[in-house]
Amino acid sequence: MAGDHALTEAAPAGRDIPSSIGRPGPSAFHRLNPLTKATLATVTAVAAVVIGGLIGPVVLVGVAVIAPAMAAGVLTRLVRLALLLALPIALSAFLVNLFFFPGGQRVLFSIGPIVATAEGLGFALEILARIMAISGAITLFYLTTRPADLVVDLERRGVSPRVAFVANASVQTVPAMVERASQITAAQRARGLDTEGSLWRRVRGVVPIVGPVILGSIAEVEERTMALEARGFTRPGRRTLLWAPPDNRRQSTARWALLLGLVALVVARVAGFAP
Amino acid sequence: MTLTLRGVGYRYAGATRPSLLDVDLDLPDGRVVGVTGASESGKTTLCLVASGLAPRTIGGQIRGRISLNGADLDAWPMHQLSQRIGIGFQNPATQMSQVAGTVFEEVAFGPMNLALPRDEVIERTWAALEALGIDGLAERDPQRLSGGQQQLVAIAGLLALRPDHLVLDEPTAQLDPAGTRLVGDAIARLAASGVSILVVEQKADLLAEVASEVVVLAGGRVALRGPSDEVLADPRLEELGVAAPSAVRIRRAAASAGVGGDRLEAALRG
Repeated sequence: MAGDHALTEAAPAGRDIPSSIGRPGPSAFHRLNPLTKATLATVTAVAAVVIGGLIGPVVLVGVAVIAPAMAAGVLTRLVRLALLLALPIALSAFLVNLFFFPGGQRVLFSIGPIVATAEGLGFALEILARIMAISGAITLFYLTTRPADLVVDLERRGVSPRVAFVANASVQTVPAMVERASQITAAQRARGLDTEGSLWRRVRGVVPIVGPVILGSIAEVEERTMALEARGFTRPGRRTLLWAPPDNRRQSTARWALLLGLVALVVARVAGFAP
Repeated sequence: MTLTLRGVGYRYAGATRPSLLDVDLDLPDGRVVGVTGASESGKTTLCLVASGLAPRTIGGQIRGRISLNGADLDAWPMHQLSQRIGIGFQNPATQMSQVAGTVFEEVAFGPMNLALPRDEVIERTWAALEALGIDGLAERDPQRLSGGQQQLVAIAGLLALRPDHLVLDEPTAQLDPAGTRLVGDAIARLAASGVSILVVEQKADLLAEVASEVVVLAGGRVALRGPSDEVLADPRLEELGVAAPSAVRIRRAAASAGVGGDRLEAALRG
């Protein structure tokens, strides 16, 4: 084959993958197996919902989010990103519960006809703690794990390459769409679109940007599909993996312990043994 | 191996008229055949049909016969066909898998899909990167490369599958002059090393540089075909919506101004 001939001549012998692929992370927490970190994030998020009261979710944030984030050296970024992620929903949930908690008796203050109650404040703080635990757990995972590493690990454990690809591509699509949106915004501005000024002007300016972003992404799907087909993606069966994140028995035990702990917590909550 | 099209016609699903009509084409080992033509002349359709993606991936109706060394393309599933015919598209960004963190993993994506032994995947990937002179980019994030570099990575990803033929659909269409030069040099290098390439291009200068034969499409049919220097100098080329190469235009301008001779010819031939 012509292609074979040309390429075989150039083929170097005995070379391995570049050293940056699968390079260990900077901290011990980064270096945990991605599935271990994903399990911790999932268990933390679910436990935050299951645990009642204020103390439980606050302790959870401290133990399962802040302590590992400090160990990984990402606490500042985590706080900033987790707040950014959770602020809109946290703020609205806090205000709704503070002012509209049903059956609140002890009035703290009032703004016109709206009354803030102590019972509402207590419940609003509980909700806030839960939201911060969930957003903190998710943010910690993404700050310390490359999505591709989790996908490789899942594939190694037998997850279908297609499922792994869809999960990974979905995550990777977000920054691509953000970049496309910024390019289209720049192009539309160059043609006189006003995206600054009053709220109404900003809203009106969004329409000519959102349309091309979404339609452009849809139009690319066919070419992307064909490009994947042309690279053997539709072949049934497992793929070759170039590397896999390290794992060990201790981490496996820890994952099972976390999951069993979560199950025990749910059972205790349902049976009325937990607050 | 020769890729052969005989009397090939194709109509897209839902279209009332065919986009390709009675096309005959041969792409033997080691040849570079250029395809050009005005917009909507059937160039991209020819690429899809020649690579086996149409109709199996995008539907539609096909007529005629497409074969590799006498065997119908239909005989192979797409993942096997991709090891015989590789196809590259206009937009470099859509050819990135979006799941690779490095250029190396991007190029290795195809061989990995084929479940080749790990050592072979690595060997093929380095070989493809080196064949295109981009092994220095191996550890870079493919999403952060220039358009020209991304197009080279996409072509390297095809080469890593070791196809007998490459079909490239306007690989420089979205590139700036520097990107066009990168891809043009890579095609010339691959052609010189004996890879068979069917390259669709609007840029006649590039075709003049790399193709030994040129086919001009018009309305889905072959309007002109022959050795590249003859076809690209044909006066009918511009009537068919294709700008003649710079050298041809300079020659014509010089002739009409009464200038010419051996020194001009020597300069134009480089």
